[in-house]
Amino acid sequence: MTTNSMTYVRDNFIAPEAPPLSNASVIGWMRTNLFSSWKDTLLTLLAAAAVLYLLPPAIDWLFISAVWTGVDRTACLTVDQGGQLASGWSGACWAYVGDRFEQFMFGSYPRDLLWRPLLVVGLFVALLTPLLIPRVPRKGLNALLLLVALPIVAFVLLLGGPFGLRHVETTLWGGLMVTLIISFVGIAISLPVGILLALGRRSQMPIVKMSCIAFIELVRGVPLITVLFMASVLLPLFLEPGNNIDKFLRALIGVSIFASAYMAEVIRGGLQAIPKGQYEAADALGLNYPYKMMFVILPQALKLVIPGIVNTFIGMFKDTSLVTIISMYDLLGIVKASFGDSGWITPVTPLTGLIFAGFVFWLFCFSMSRYSAFVEHRLDKSYQR
Amino acid sequence: MALADTREGSGDPPKVSLFYNPKLRSYLFQALTLLFIVWVIWYAWHNAAQNLARANMTAGFGFLKSRAGFDLAQSLIIYSSDSTYLRALQVGLINTLVVAAAGIVTATIVGLLIGTGRLSHNWLISRLCTVYIEIFRNIPPLLVIFFWYLGVLALLPSIRSIFQHLEENPDAVFFISNRGIYLPAPVSEDGFVAVVVALAIGIVAAIAFTFWANARQRATGRRPPVGLINIGLIVLPPLAVFFANGMPLSFDYPVPGSFNMRGGMVIGPEFLALYLALSLYTAAFIAEIVRAGIRGVPQGQTEAAYALGLRPRATTRLVVLPQALRIIIPPLTSQYLNLIKNSSLAVAVGYADLVAVGGTILNQSGRSIEVIAIWMVVYVSISLITSLFMNWFNAKMALVER
Repeated sequence: MTTNSMTYVRDNFIAPEAPPLSNASVIGWMRTNLFSSWKDTLLTLLAAAAVLYLLPPAIDWLFISAVWTGVDRTACLTVDQGGQLASGWSGACWAYVGDRFEQFMFGSYPRDLLWRPLLVVGLFVALLTPLLIPRVPRKGLNALLLLVALPIVAFVLLLGGPFGLRHVETTLWGGLMVTLIISFVGIAISLPVGILLALGRRSQMPIVKMSCIAFIELVRGVPLITVLFMASVLLPLFLEPGNNIDKFLRALIGVSIFASAYMAEVIRGGLQAIPKGQYEAADALGLNYPYKMMFVILPQALKLVIPGIVNTFIGMFKDTSLVTIISMYDLLGIVKASFGDSGWITPVTPLTGLIFAGFVFWLFCFSMSRYSAFVEHRLDKSYQR
Repeated sequence: MALADTREGSGDPPKVSLFYNPKLRSYLFQALTLLFIVWVIWYAWHNAAQNLARANMTAGFGFLKSRAGFDLAQSLIIYSSDSTYLRALQVGLINTLVVAAAGIVTATIVGLLIGTGRLSHNWLISRLCTVYIEIFRNIPPLLVIFFWYLGVLALLPSIRSIFQHLEENPDAVFFISNRGIYLPAPVSEDGFVAVVVALAIGIVAAIAFTFWANARQRATGRRPPVGLINIGLIVLPPLAVFFANGMPLSFDYPVPGSFNMRGGMVIGPEFLALYLALSLYTAAFIAEIVRAGIRGVPQGQTEAAYALGLRPRATTRLVVLPQALRIIIPPLTSQYLNLIKNSSLAVAVGYADLVAVGGTILNQSGRSIEVIAIWMVVYVSISLITSLFMNWFNAKMALVER
């Protein structure tokens, strides 16, 4: 009698089985993610049909049938319309975007002085990049340079005047340059003003509190267009008689007022998120109000709302397109104005121009939103430990 | 150290100079703020008065009674160029409300679909919804409006080709052209009022039935088929009355005029462009809010509902949705407000909304202060009313803690 025959435990390993088909193969993946039930299958088939119906013509319109080179509108016209392309043709006219590219970027800025905006862009990138990378030290100095020093340098460089730089009227500015300047100045002004308004709104002093609430709610309750109209129509009326305030400056003031109110609400959110103990600890240390805010509360609150600030900036960047309506030529404005340009009037010009402008806006906003998501993720982690 | 501290710690409380008295400081600060505000207002007022005097103008709202002298393309109330400025502004306000209401409804529906679609287990659907959201969230609404207006609607068939089409198919009643969509306009005849009354009675009956069904469910645990019966209650009585009264409704068909279509109902390209752009743009934001709301309800809630034996649909309706709504409503409110404010972009395509009409009046009469004041008052009131309503709705939905 051997003990071996009594055992219930297997004494040799069996060979491992292959993973079930549903996890390993492409077919398995498709079964769980595309065809899990008959409703799912129907949805997938409908969606796939829609994609197959829309995507190839779109790619064809955008790239394959598109006209890439040409000097004037005849390049993008069919035979019946007075051009060379086969009748019935339709496609993007990228030749027009290529021809107008400098104008879309810089407006009517003198072509021999383009190094000035380009230098500003270079400085901007050089200062912004280290600010965005969390590991690089000296954030305070960096932010100060970007938000205070750069606007002054950029102002002198772009407008000209001192140091023998030729004066360039703001009416000649245009294109993406104007979009970037307005949104950047908007943010640079709205940050400090927004902080003051947010602190004012949380203040114990009734008059300060009430006036901050009134300002914030009034501005947030009306559309940006009315604020822009106010800045462009009412501002000259409210200043000294005979003043001739620059149109560009008026738009800047309008956008800054609007952005400040929204920024104030974002920062207020951060202030509210700081535990009461932090305020009390600062009081216990004997710090006065400005010190308490500057060294204890604001550094924490601002760090918390970085995603909110970036989102406000994205909103501002998109909203600058509204200055088109008070007849200024930002990127969208100048693209739209070029539709009436007799050199490039074709049926496909508006669509091509709008797709180009949309792509540029999208590129900026999408990268900003990705960055905001990255910061949010990082902040989340630092709380999870 | 401890010894050194006693030097000044003993005796009377330290004398604080008036300069450091917190109460006095606060008064001083507020007085300065008030002074600053008063100065700004006085300065603006003073300059405005001088500037107006130079231009030989007076401020005041009397001009609202004078003749407008311009036509408006789309108007739901009676308006002609002989009407007053006030009437023109009323038309503008109604147009704003119409496009905002239509936009809010569409944006909510599309946003719900896209938001739940992005959470779908179906890979293709969730990817498509992500693409939609990432495209529309990152381009300016004004560009979307121009895209529809200049890029799409302007390329539709011209009126002349519609005339041609009509010669070939004389029975056609529905046209899409670059001047808008032409539809037959319903004209009510005698007895149609009864149909409307029947509809109203049906709706009231449906609401009453829902209350009764809820009470019955609480009492017996059985729920009558509410959805089906409600549809019947709302649809059947008006239909019955409609046929009993001999179909008292006729249509005014659009017919070709000399340059344009006459009669019927036309939905202009300006309205369409604005409506489509506002709905599709805001829908992307609403989709993200809906997604965040649904994901904000912990998985354990769904599992608990399943453990109690609820079916998936009942779980969604009774457990997930009420909790998700609590997260969704506050940001949804601000999106609605954004949509209402963005409807002012109408001025870019010439849809006669409040800002566009006001802008015309401003250019014509030069009454900038008054017009801008009207804009601000109207928009702030609309914003306040919307947030009051949504706050009420939010309070109704909020967790009742015992």
